[in-house]
Amino acid sequence: MKTSPSAQTSIEIPPTAGFPLVSQGEGAKIAARDVNVFYGDKQALRNIALDIKPNEVTAFIGPSGCGKSTFLRCLNRMNDIIDGCRVTGSINLDEEDIYHRRIDVVQLRARIGMVFQKPNPFPKSIYENVAYGPRIHGLARNKTDLDEIVQTSLERAGLLGEVKDRMDQPGTGLSGGQQQRLCIARAIAVNPEVILMDEPCSALDPIATAKIEELIDELRQNYTIVIVTHSMQQAARVSQRTAFFHLGNLVECNDTEQIFTNPQHKLTQGYITGRFG
Amino acid sequence: MATVDETMDTRSAQAARAAQAGRSQIAETVNAGLGRRYRSERRFRAYGVLAIVLALSMLATLFVTIISKGYTAFWQNSLNFEVALPADVIDPQGTRDPKVLASANYLGLVRDALQAQFPEVDSRQERRALFAMLSDSAPYDLQDAVLDNPGAIGGTIKVRVSLDDDFDMLAKGHINADLPQDQRRLTDVQVAWFQSLEQRGMVEAHFNTALFTNGDSRQAESAGILGAVVGSLFVVAVTLALSFPIGVATAVYLEEFAPKNRFTDLIEVNINNLAAVPSIVFGLLGLAVFLQFFGLPRSAPLVGGLVLTLMTLPTIIIASRAALKSVPPSIREAALGLGASKLQMILHHVLPLAMPGMLTGTIIGMAQALGESAPLLMIGMVAFVVDIPNGPLDPATVLPVQIFLWADSPERAFVERTSAAIMVLLAFLVFMNAAAVWLRKRFERRW
Repeated sequence: MKTSPSAQTSIEIPPTAGFPLVSQGEGAKIAARDVNVFYGDKQALRNIALDIKPNEVTAFIGPSGCGKSTFLRCLNRMNDIIDGCRVTGSINLDEEDIYHRRIDVVQLRARIGMVFQKPNPFPKSIYENVAYGPRIHGLARNKTDLDEIVQTSLERAGLLGEVKDRMDQPGTGLSGGQQQRLCIARAIAVNPEVILMDEPCSALDPIATAKIEELIDELRQNYTIVIVTHSMQQAARVSQRTAFFHLGNLVECNDTEQIFTNPQHKLTQGYITGRFG
Repeated sequence: MATVDETMDTRSAQAARAAQAGRSQIAETVNAGLGRRYRSERRFRAYGVLAIVLALSMLATLFVTIISKGYTAFWQNSLNFEVALPADVIDPQGTRDPKVLASANYLGLVRDALQAQFPEVDSRQERRALFAMLSDSAPYDLQDAVLDNPGAIGGTIKVRVSLDDDFDMLAKGHINADLPQDQRRLTDVQVAWFQSLEQRGMVEAHFNTALFTNGDSRQAESAGILGAVVGSLFVVAVTLALSFPIGVATAVYLEEFAPKNRFTDLIEVNINNLAAVPSIVFGLLGLAVFLQFFGLPRSAPLVGGLVLTLMTLPTIIIASRAALKSVPPSIREAALGLGASKLQMILHHVLPLAMPGMLTGTIIGMAQALGESAPLLMIGMVAFVVDIPNGPLDPATVLPVQIFLWADSPERAFVERTSAAIMVLLAFLVFMNAAAVWLRKRFERRW
């Protein structure tokens, strides 16, 4: 979809358009307020205000380049490593600003894990892949502890049955779907509070996708999950809440059912009915 | 309605015909150009094959000339005959004390033994011509034999003594005995004596161990490359010990930590420029800084290593940075996303993946350093050094400089030794490159 700059500015969206804000203190796990992100001179996100509730799956949808991945990466400060990226506003995790000077980014990322678009296991053994996080954070006191963490993480990621006889084989030798589940196991081995998933199924076939979606639904019991997806069906299937981004603006955020059955904004409606995107 | 339909029909038919005509025209144009396209492809391939054939034939010429000139240097002819060991000359008191044995007049003994083969030679001039057959190291060969076997004193001993290099060349056919006397280095009489010794079976060809166990010498027959090889090893060891850690640390800092600004851009441009600086300039720099300013010893492998470190650093830094750049960002993100600190990410994930590339760059740099001679000339490593260096502070020379020195010598025996030394140097380089390939294969991992 092509949009001229004038059209871009003509979309007037109030920062809290179309959805009831859960105010801070009402049990939001992550609360973002007035978040602006700039890549150099280019503004990628405008005045984002969004709450993410605990033990829910929140899906970010929107056309390519709308800023949903950028916002996801703000949540565990992965944007810090991009040169020229600047974030303003506040993002609170349990009422603590993660962009505060006192916050250590290493500790933050131990609390907010991430799964990426392309499965990216380390070129090491399956065991080492999962054991890496607990090891660098010193979560296991001894080998038995570590073994147990690896076992339970793989178990929860639904991968243990498939790999328990070949824990010393390279993680890169697994199939794409297995690799992605290995990455999820690696993320949950650190026992984070939030798991961010950046289009975790876009490189997978439908069967592997179904497995991951099932897994996401199970993980919701113990973790807060934020998922970016291009597939609206996927958002509808796995999430409880959905946020729709468009050209750097958060257009609408509501219960998933509401978004897909009764969107408040005509942009949302246009997108979910496939008129653009 | 019918007419409208008809006109519609004819119109579309016309359009179809026009499209058809247009298509056949396109096909013709494409066909016309096809021959030219294939011809240019064939021509391009032929150029490629020609280039490879040319390069391979150059390489073959290089190897054939070096090997055909140098292979004879790997064996040596010596005199093998009985030498009388009168007890009153070697050990008058009969103490068998090694000190007494070592100081006897072996030169006289070995000369007497040679003269005994040719009793007709008695004039002073003739004797000198005859004794020219013996190498300067011949008395030492006899001394060693006697010290090894003191029981032979009083009788005779069968001993192998070195021949002068000219006679060795004669035996190997590099001096043509058919030429008139004034066009070769040996007189007719000398040639006749030598041929008669050969007929008596006293000239023996054997593997040239001296070439690998001796340092340099003015006498070609006892000149060896061991001093230069040891010197080269010290130089390369110093270079490796300094340039690898410094180069890798620099590359890691510039690639992973340094902010991207004007200053780091300037550093990058300068590193790239340094890679293209003629090596002799580094030699001058070493002379000014290490010798003049810091007062380090001349001709020392330590200084050679320092100079070559300066020379190889740009190569290693550039290769290491390229290796670091080629580590996929997904691996970095995976590590950071798990909460690894930047240093943990680099040490645990980036460096292991970049290591093959870094090692390859380092070994190429080391091969460069091993083959370098110009900067070492500037810091005095071109000196004539007979002793095998015992450490990086002893005066030494290196293989390429040794080759340079021998190539300067007029004796035919040094010509073949030059080629032999080149072969040894090439063997080292081939070995290092093979090691680079092996390391790359060994550490290479798929992701």
